[in-house]
Amino acid sequence: MIKQFSRCIREYKRPTILTLLFIFFEAVIEALIPFITARLVNGIQAGYSLSFVVKTGLILTAMACVSLCFGGLAGYTSAKASAGFAKNVRHDLFSKVQTFSFENIDRFSVSSLVTRMTTDVTNVQMSYMMIIRTAVRAPLMMLFCIVMAYIMGGALATSFVVVVPLLGFGLWLIGRKAMPAFRRVFRKYDRLNESIEENVRAMRVVKGFSREDYEKKKFSTAAEDIRRDFTKAERIVALNSPLMQICLYFNLVFVLAVGSKLVIANGSVNVGEISAMLTYGFQILANLMMISMIYVILTISAESIQRIHEVLSETPTLSNPEKTVKNIKNGQIDFDHVTFDYGKMTEKHALSNIDLHIESGMTVGILGSTGSGKTSLVQLIARLYDVTEGSVKVGGIDVREYDLNTLRNGVAMVLQKNELFSGTIKENLLWGNENATDEDIKKACRIAKADEFISRFPDGYDTHIEQGGTNVSGGQKQRLCIARALLKQPKVLIMDDSTSAVDTKTDALIRKGMAEDVPETTKLIIAQRVTSVMEADLILVIDNGVIAQVGQHKDLIAVDGLYKNMYEQQTKAGEDDE
Amino acid sequence: MNKVKQPKKTATIKRLFLLLLRDNPVLLSISAVCIIFAAVVSSIPAVFIQKVLAVISACLESGSHDFASAWQTIAPVLTKLVLLYMLSIGSIAVHSQLMAVITQRFLCDTRDKMFNGMQNLPIRYFDRHKHGDIMSYYTNDIDAIRELISTALPQLLQSSVIVLTVVSIMIYYSVPMTLIVLLGVTAMVFVSKKVGGGSAKYFIRQQQSMGKTEGYIQEMMNGQKVIKVFTHEKKAQEGFDTVNEALFHDSFRAHAYANTLGPIIMNIGNVLYVVCATVGGLYLLSGLPNISLSGLVFSIDILVPFLNMTKQFTGNINMVSQQINAIVMGLAGANRIFALMDEKPETDEGYVTLVDATFDEDGACHEADTHTGHWAWKHPHADGHITYTPLAGDVTLDGVDFGYDEDKPVLHDISVYAKPGQKVAFVGATGAGKTTITNLINRFYDIADGKIRYDGININKIKKSDLRRSLGIVLQDTNLFTGTVLENIRYGNLSATDKQCRQAAALAGADDFISRLPDGYHTVLSGNGANLSQGQRQLLAIARTAVADPPVMILDEATSSIDTCTEAIVQRGMDQLMKGRTVFVIAHRLSTVKNADVIMVLDHGRIIERGSHKELISQKGTYYQLYTGAFELE
Repeated sequence: MIKQFSRCIREYKRPTILTLLFIFFEAVIEALIPFITARLVNGIQAGYSLSFVVKTGLILTAMACVSLCFGGLAGYTSAKASAGFAKNVRHDLFSKVQTFSFENIDRFSVSSLVTRMTTDVTNVQMSYMMIIRTAVRAPLMMLFCIVMAYIMGGALATSFVVVVPLLGFGLWLIGRKAMPAFRRVFRKYDRLNESIEENVRAMRVVKGFSREDYEKKKFSTAAEDIRRDFTKAERIVALNSPLMQICLYFNLVFVLAVGSKLVIANGSVNVGEISAMLTYGFQILANLMMISMIYVILTISAESIQRIHEVLSETPTLSNPEKTVKNIKNGQIDFDHVTFDYGKMTEKHALSNIDLHIESGMTVGILGSTGSGKTSLVQLIARLYDVTEGSVKVGGIDVREYDLNTLRNGVAMVLQKNELFSGTIKENLLWGNENATDEDIKKACRIAKADEFISRFPDGYDTHIEQGGTNVSGGQKQRLCIARALLKQPKVLIMDDSTSAVDTKTDALIRKGMAEDVPETTKLIIAQRVTSVMEADLILVIDNGVIAQVGQHKDLIAVDGLYKNMYEQQTKAGEDDE
Repeated sequence: MNKVKQPKKTATIKRLFLLLLRDNPVLLSISAVCIIFAAVVSSIPAVFIQKVLAVISACLESGSHDFASAWQTIAPVLTKLVLLYMLSIGSIAVHSQLMAVITQRFLCDTRDKMFNGMQNLPIRYFDRHKHGDIMSYYTNDIDAIRELISTALPQLLQSSVIVLTVVSIMIYYSVPMTLIVLLGVTAMVFVSKKVGGGSAKYFIRQQQSMGKTEGYIQEMMNGQKVIKVFTHEKKAQEGFDTVNEALFHDSFRAHAYANTLGPIIMNIGNVLYVVCATVGGLYLLSGLPNISLSGLVFSIDILVPFLNMTKQFTGNINMVSQQINAIVMGLAGANRIFALMDEKPETDEGYVTLVDATFDEDGACHEADTHTGHWAWKHPHADGHITYTPLAGDVTLDGVDFGYDEDKPVLHDISVYAKPGQKVAFVGATGAGKTTITNLINRFYDIADGKIRYDGININKIKKSDLRRSLGIVLQDTNLFTGTVLENIRYGNLSATDKQCRQAAALAGADDFISRLPDGYHTVLSGNGANLSQGQRQLLAIARTAVADPPVMILDEATSSIDTCTEAIVQRGMDQLMKGRTVFVIAHRLSTVKNADVIMVLDHGRIIERGSHKELISQKGTYYQLYTGAFELE
């Protein structure tokens, strides 16, 4: 895990190391300053000459300037190092997700991935900065101050022997108590925010059922629960400050009491040293406090670190073979004893023992009830998932032997749950082929019957699409998605219920257009409407993960079976009218 | 980013403070008193140190090594000091505990207010604001306020008090020396303003870049499968690197400013210390007279505590300067949250309510105290008498016009008459206005012109919650909640028994797949039912509405992702449930609407044809073309 994160430092190793170095010098000087000031105070008290005061004063000023330089530089480099580190972690996370297969994607929810790349990374960034800024400084300062205190104060320094372990132990105890409390709170906090998001998304449902009061009550219970836990956790941490003050004050009183005795009785200590001891005392405790802060921050971000680690160490379940085939001969598709499961736990196979041969250029209709396995079947062709048993071939070659990019460019899929991205219509369409000319785009849109409504928009192809495609209707969105897929000029085109929101007439026109304009492409059409697939060269009826019926409309309608049932159901009322 | 008017900072501070005070008047006062007390105490050791040092000096001067006699003067001073410290520690303990309580109470309260206010906002608000932006009120802005209240404000109060006390003590000792210190302070404040201002500017920019990055990630993660299918990974990564780089740039600048502020102030402090020591030394040597409140002669006993106070001064100004970001961001967060709270809620002037009803022999309707299974509209009239109208489910739209923007009408002169027991269907191209009509019936939006009546009562007179309770809607996009399947169904009717929920599921044709889930009805759904198919989600949404048993039901593309076999089962169930009740159906699939009593064909916001399937077919109009369009290719 540490290796994973340290890899993210990359080009920011230099500012990181520089930070450590700068901080080291800053700390050394900062520790020396009270030492020199003590001499100054003593000098003044002993009635030394003006030249001494000026000389010491100049030394101190010079030291302050150097300390300022180092401090400023350290501030700059540490900001750069930590922001850069965060940038790299985000980059690695994002690029890791790009290597994910569908199976990997299914494992993480979108909102959890967003949190990991934003809030969690920010936490890690803060911890990183905190560590490089204080990990060297705090222990160094403490050590230095204690040594200096002994050199200067001798017996006076015994105060630290009491105070430091006391404070250290106290802080440790508080941290140990606070840690689990905070972890619990943050988990609840996440859940609360998730439920707010759910509420916002489902606002129409909430209002539709007039459940506003119910939601309010639910929320206020959860918020109250968070308040209680959060207060508990914060109250534990709040013990830090009185504890710190006890130690500080103890030190002060001790130094004054013992110091005055030492000065008066044996003259072994002088006034300047008493004042320096007070400064050192404060610094030692402040640094100890700092260390305890690191501890708390690390605790809080431990969860974040863990969550980032989960993504970074996820292994993509699909990978390119070593020797790849980079050319798809044609759109012929074969399924050879294919069995497929999403997870290993399920008892029932998503698909079992599928054998199928589809000639290049055929139009294949796929029907079946909800959850029967239609989508699973076509996803295997684009190798979005790997088969559990058997093999799927495209153009006569096993899909696992192709270069993934080659395969997916050759096998275009219009997904059931499709997305458009913010940008113009044209930019969205160029996803299919970034080198497409305006003419290519228009042609694809004509086939997908999107041309007409696009040209009705005031900005035509330059119309801006909102995030998630919310400013076009469902049917328009589907047609744009089809056009986008057509632009790939694929060998195989799979449409997974891609025209469900398109009216029947347009649906028919799209199919007609495709039959005429891209005849050499193998077309697989999953549909709910029998009419959408009736004229296909081959119709598959999938039921419970197996091919229940296969054939052409005229064959299937002639026998009793699922297809005939479906057909009659969907056209029955119409026939009644005749 | 939302366009939020930037009210004056002072107004935000005042409002925040008043809210805090109103919630916790006692605790907050105690806490403030404790902070002030502790601050004063922590700045007066200088006085005691001076006293002790004076004793020591006196001894040194006289050459006495008799500690015992000196101790007699020192001991009472120290005793007082210890007592003060104990009190101070006590008050620190009290205020740090209290602040934790106050902060969390305030946050809880604010969250509650925000959420409650949000529930009452009109649907329009949610149309206009991105979910991510709304969410950031609850996460980023609340966190910023937490930082402000729990850390920055107490720190500000404490440091101000310390600074004031220290200045007073300084003046007490020596005015000329105080002036020198104040000169240094001016420099510090100047630098804090410059550097701190730059830091705050970049922190706000960082926040904005973060928002952009978050938006990009959200969009790409949502479309990750599309990215895969189009092998667009590289492009997505490039786009990400651009926003990521911008975020790095702002974050780096923000922290660089913030990080350098500390060393600058501390070292100005060091120089100030040297200046004080030098000038103080010169002063001492020169033997010039001291000007002070105390009238003390300037001596080393004064110079030493003075120098300590300079340190303390610097330290506190540094502390405040470190809080600048927290204060700026906290106030910005408070501003946004106040803006959300100030959003105008959905207005509801309805006074007709839905009540339990009984009927006597001659059919007259009365209000009942207990649940009777019958409902009536209770309609109080201006003259004080109350009429009861039995809930029947008769919905009429009369000449309704509507537009989401006033100047862009979406519906024109829509008239629909739906009698109890009728099934009314809307058919038409996407964007024709089908969904809009249903959104008007339940008053998600208010009509521009015309009238909508429910059982003869203008729906503007009906209390919104009661109106919506009398309408069951299954929406195009299904939204499920985190919880068990059973809980999700029960959302439609909170008092439904398990058995009723199961019956509703059976009616909706959902029983079959639910019983095949690992834990059946107790299977926990999360992420909007991510583990279910779109069709299964729709079945659950139907079951949820079925359990509400409404007199009027609106099905908006409710079965679009359900295969036709299952749809037939659902339809049979619904027909059984809705016997004698009113149903509005919107569907693309004409087979879904074929058996409706009346079908309205909509085009560009107008009803262009109406009639039963048979009538419309025989008219050979648009409906006929739509219907036969699918068969054209044969």
